[in-house]
Amino acid sequence: MKNETSKPWPLWEVFVRSKNGLAHKHAGSLHASDQEMALKNARDVYTRRSEGVSIWVVLSSSVIASSPDDKEPLFAPSDDKAYRHPTFYDIPDDVGHM
Amino acid sequence: MSQPMGESISIEERFEAFVAEENRVEPKHWMPDAYRKTLVRQISQHAHSEVVGMLPEANWISRAPSLRSKLILLAKVQDEAGHGLYLYSAAETLGTPREKMIDDLLTGKAKYSSIFNYPTLTWADMGAVGWLVDGAAIANQVMLCRTSYGPYSRAMVRICKEESFHQRQGFEIMMNLSKGTKGQKEMAQDALNRWWWPSVMMFGPSDDNSPNSAQSMRWRIKRKSNDELRQEYIDKTVKQAEYLGLTIPDKDLKWNEDTGHYDFGEIDWTEFFDVIAGNGPCNAERIAARQKAHNDGAWVRDAASAYAKKQSRRKKLEEETQDSAA
Repeated sequence: MKNETSKPWPLWEVFVRSKNGLAHKHAGSLHASDQEMALKNARDVYTRRSEGVSIWVVLSSSVIASSPDDKEPLFAPSDDKAYRHPTFYDIPDDVGHM
Repeated sequence: MSQPMGESISIEERFEAFVAEENRVEPKHWMPDAYRKTLVRQISQHAHSEVVGMLPEANWISRAPSLRSKLILLAKVQDEAGHGLYLYSAAETLGTPREKMIDDLLTGKAKYSSIFNYPTLTWADMGAVGWLVDGAAIANQVMLCRTSYGPYSRAMVRICKEESFHQRQGFEIMMNLSKGTKGQKEMAQDALNRWWWPSVMMFGPSDDNSPNSAQSMRWRIKRKSNDELRQEYIDKTVKQAEYLGLTIPDKDLKWNEDTGHYDFGEIDWTEFFDVIAGNGPCNAERIAARQKAHNDGAWVRDAASAYAKKQSRRKKLEEETQDSAA
């Protein structure tokens, strides 16, 4: 039983919303035995100076991340699509702000 | 990495070029084994220093001279715990489990900053530790905000934001004591006398005796040498000591017009290496305190794990009951 319960607590990723109206942002990670403890620890570890109004904790093992090797196939294709940006289009100044 | 280069370039060379161009390395990037090893050692040592660093200050929580100073000290010690946690998390992204790092500390395999092996004898030591020890730590940590490993750099940014309060509260204690009675001023001077040289040693051996420094600089893990940081710290601190009306215990300390820096006396490296080797005044006491805390907390960790297991089993059972009812 001892060995069974003594296994390391899982890792959680912590996201903090700094104020209402802004998105939650990754703050760091921590270990906790369950979700309640993860939330309480996140509060103590990442919001000691009014850094947030809301916290999310997510099991790190639930995060699916892209690989750095996939950077080219994933993100390079948008490099040659300048027409997706407003500055691609020449609109005369006479037209006014657009 | 970012730019595909000629095929003759090895993956190590590509990595060197990547960091030389001020790119940040993230956990899933390829990195040389030695880079990973250096970082794990450095970040975990840093984390251990934060954790062990709680002990000399915790010594004064129950004896703080006012409720205000007790609250401040509690907040500071809690910050140090937090800093340890940020750093352990950063080190874990390199693939070393937390338990392994804690185990290395508890068995004496891992090192931590030698400064925490000195005792805190009077309340003035809380002032000197904040002013000098945190002051020296900040010089190092500000540099590390721009370290090449992303998670380490992000942890340092967070730590630096919080650390500035630590130094200021220490300086405030020193101001109050040095403006106080004759006895209080003597207490402040005594604390400065005892903490000055250990704080100067915190930057580590001089550059010509620091074999790993050049590699760490090339990898942009460090951005300034031990001696550069030490000089910065001394230049800044001398003025602050003058403001307090206290005397830095170094007869050779004097302004050098030519270099634009303070010259200072010989550092007793024998003492430094002796403390690192485990023979400082409090090495055994610090590790014993960490071991006791770890062992005494074992039943709490076990209980939390058992509770979490029971809860998840119960939840699973409820879901199964609902499924079969549907």
